[in-house]
Amino acid sequence: MKSREYQQIDPKALPTPSQSPPPHQHLAVGGDGRKEPMTPRRKWEVFPGKNRFFCDGRIMMARQSGVFPLTLGLILVTSGLFFIFDCPFLVKHLTRCIPAVGGALFVFVLITLLQTSFTDPGILPRATPEEAADIERQIDDTGNTSYRPPPRTKEVLINQQVIKLKYCFTCKMFRPPRTSHCSLCDNCVERFDHHCPWVGNCVGKRNYRFFYSFIVSLSLLTAFIFGCVTTHLALRKGLMFALQESPVELAICFFSVWSILGLSGFHTYLVASNLTTNEDIKGSWSGKSGDAVTNPYSHKNIFINCCSVLCAPMPPSLIDRRGFLPADEPARASGADLELPNPNTKSDRNVVGGSSIWSLTCRNLPLIFPCS
Amino acid sequence: VSSKFHNLQEMQHTASLVTKVFIQRDYSEGTVCRFQTKFPTELDNRIERALLEQTVKTLNSYYVEAEKVGGQSYLEGCLACATAYIVFLCMETRYEKVLKKISGYIQEQNEKIYAPRGLLLTDPIERGMRVLEISVFEDRGSSGSSPSSSMSSCSTAR
Repeated sequence: MKSREYQQIDPKALPTPSQSPPPHQHLAVGGDGRKEPMTPRRKWEVFPGKNRFFCDGRIMMARQSGVFPLTLGLILVTSGLFFIFDCPFLVKHLTRCIPAVGGALFVFVLITLLQTSFTDPGILPRATPEEAADIERQIDDTGNTSYRPPPRTKEVLINQQVIKLKYCFTCKMFRPPRTSHCSLCDNCVERFDHHCPWVGNCVGKRNYRFFYSFIVSLSLLTAFIFGCVTTHLALRKGLMFALQESPVELAICFFSVWSILGLSGFHTYLVASNLTTNEDIKGSWSGKSGDAVTNPYSHKNIFINCCSVLCAPMPPSLIDRRGFLPADEPARASGADLELPNPNTKSDRNVVGGSSIWSLTCRNLPLIFPCS
Repeated sequence: VSSKFHNLQEMQHTASLVTKVFIQRDYSEGTVCRFQTKFPTELDNRIERALLEQTVKTLNSYYVEAEKVGGQSYLEGCLACATAYIVFLCMETRYEKVLKKISGYIQEQNEKIYAPRGLLLTDPIERGMRVLEISVFEDRGSSGSSPSSSMSSCSTAR
């Protein structure tokens, strides 16, 4: 009888937040009801968004890597040609600083590119089923008794301005302000800027500073290489001759440099006014509707805006890629362990006292259920 | 009835979850992490308002500390940029340090205040900083309002 009741509780017990099928075959029930997973799976393996993970969850990118290999290839090839062909000549005729500066810029560009591409941009994990149910209940409770579908926006007041929060049907939650759902990655991303195919990832709250450093340093690098190549050609053959001989290549280089410089300039403007590309394109704060709307997130001071965008403390990744999946229902002892950080969970976040919370709850249960 | 709880396993079996209460984010001050201090009505007879408010206010202050943009964070940002952000791979960031403090605080609150009342707080970081989840367990003192099979089984066993 006891065991049957115990099993009746379990389906009512809350399901795991992840969408993994209960891996019955993987788990052996231990003596105290806790499970010893035989093949523990990490959360990235069941991540619902369209992302790719490498190095056991340490590195992530969008599933469509876009033209990221092309970006990497172009940078490597251009810099390689520069070091091979231009540097020796310029070192001999000008100064040794040139390859040093070029090398430093090149390394900086590569590192920031890889960090932009491989960092979690600020993905919001999807709502657990209980949260989704709670939100649905709240929406339905707002007196909507007609057959029309309930409204899926919520209004909040931010710095005396009314902002509409939209409900995300995929992630089953009201999106926080400045969060947008990227259709390519199928994730809600905080402070969503844009999805960049050149880096093969979204640009959001967590990797915007890497992205900005990347494009600024890349514009410096391309301008530097362009300058050095022009100098090289001018010294070797004379500038007019060089222009006549290879006008097409020089023109391509010139326009590439200007396009990247233009992008850097645009993002500098965005940083200074604390805007995202998404907001700028949609014209959220330009007052198109006629109301006096200003950006409620701006600190009205360029320096403070730059600081808050680029120098704010690095927020943590919310998706816990390398944590282990929590124990599953059938062998779950009671509802008590559902909210606890699973003792088996080895999270990179170092949830303090995971197993001690479990033991403290068991210790405290007599207090909850006083024996009469 | 006292013989019911003669081992931990039985207690685990019979302690079942009634519901979960979610405290949502408060966006009135922008995108900083802040939770609403409005008291959820489901907890009216489970915990005193002042205690929960105090917990939420303390958590909010921790998050403010974590996200503070000031002189120190500016220096850290510049240093990180100068090293091409490699320091983020080596060092624990300030936010992570504060998250550890928060985790310890929540554990302490659970031990002292919430578990004795049949409640359990979940660290918001486990829920993507969307909500502060409070799990409500069966309260034998009050009449069972939820149709839980364990309740009926326990009453029949009694």
